[in-house]
Amino acid sequence: MIIRIMGEGQYRAPEALCEELNEIDNRIVALVTEGKNEEFRTELAKLISRIKEKGEAIGTEEIMESDIIVPPEDLSLEEARDIFKGSGIFED
Amino acid sequence: MGLISRMETVFKSKMNKVLNRMEDPRETLDYSYEKQLELLQNVKRGVAEVTTSKKRLQLQRAKLIQSNEKLEKQAREAVAADREDLARLALERKAALQQQVDGIDREIAELEKQEEKLIAAEKRLSTKVEIFRTKKESIKAQYSAAEAQVKINESVTGISEEMADVGLALERAENKTEEMKARAEAIDELMEAGTLEDLTGGRDDIERELAKISTQTSVESELAKLKAEAGGKTKTSEEVKGPEGGKEV
Repeated sequence: MIIRIMGEGQYRAPEALCEELNEIDNRIVALVTEGKNEEFRTELAKLISRIKEKGEAIGTEEIMESDIIVPPEDLSLEEARDIFKGSGIFED
Repeated sequence: MGLISRMETVFKSKMNKVLNRMEDPRETLDYSYEKQLELLQNVKRGVAEVTTSKKRLQLQRAKLIQSNEKLEKQAREAVAADREDLARLALERKAALQQQVDGIDREIAELEKQEEKLIAAEKRLSTKVEIFRTKKESIKAQYSAAEAQVKINESVTGISEEMADVGLALERAENKTEEMKARAEAIDELMEAGTLEDLTGGRDDIERELAKISTQTSVESELAKLKAEAGGKTKTSEEVKGPEGGKEV
């Protein structure tokens, strides 16, 4: 499975990681809805660090499509809201 | 829907904007390459803009620090002149300015992060663009239009994803820069309007008061000197005239 961490590049990770990422992702959605910034930050950081731990960085020279796109670690809570609303620079 | 899947939808739509399929798929390659070069230029411009904003904030910071140092000196002078009220005023102003300085420090740090990210993005993209260029030529040379389709899809989709990523990073950096610019302008306006000028300005009231004190002090000391001189003379006349001369003093 190829994962792109926005602003950082791509990682090759085992399929098994998907489930764990899903769980974190669900928690993130809840935290964004509740507007809990600090916990949101922690979970987003965890999401990204898990990918880096389990995955293997893909070289810059390789050009390939990703299966999963993960937002950047410094994404703000407001920007996360924009992603859900499809507004701002995260417009579809 | 999760954040990841939402992000993907956003991403795919950004990708489609840079992906323009031509009738001859080989033209798609050239078009994509053109767009890549354009994006690289834009990222370079973005980096320059962030740097300019950062410099502006650094300049403002230097000005505020200067004013802070002046206020601190005034506070010392006021304490020395036994004017606690003036010292307090100077320190209050200094604290207000320090808040602005702290804000600017945070903004400078934020811009530095954006700068680093854009530089890294530019580096990644330019490596990929160079590889894409070589690949594009070999695809064009080796395959017929029909055969090229699959190869083109692979490489164009891959690079479009990178372009969407860099494009979003650029937009975020631009947003941040705009915010900082607005803040820097607001501080400039406050200074021009005199709101901060009162705190930093040329001959402010604290300075006037301190100047008055120092004038008074020098008048007092000169007066004392004159009195001492005059006293010396009187004393001599006292010695001559005896107790009656004392009345004059």
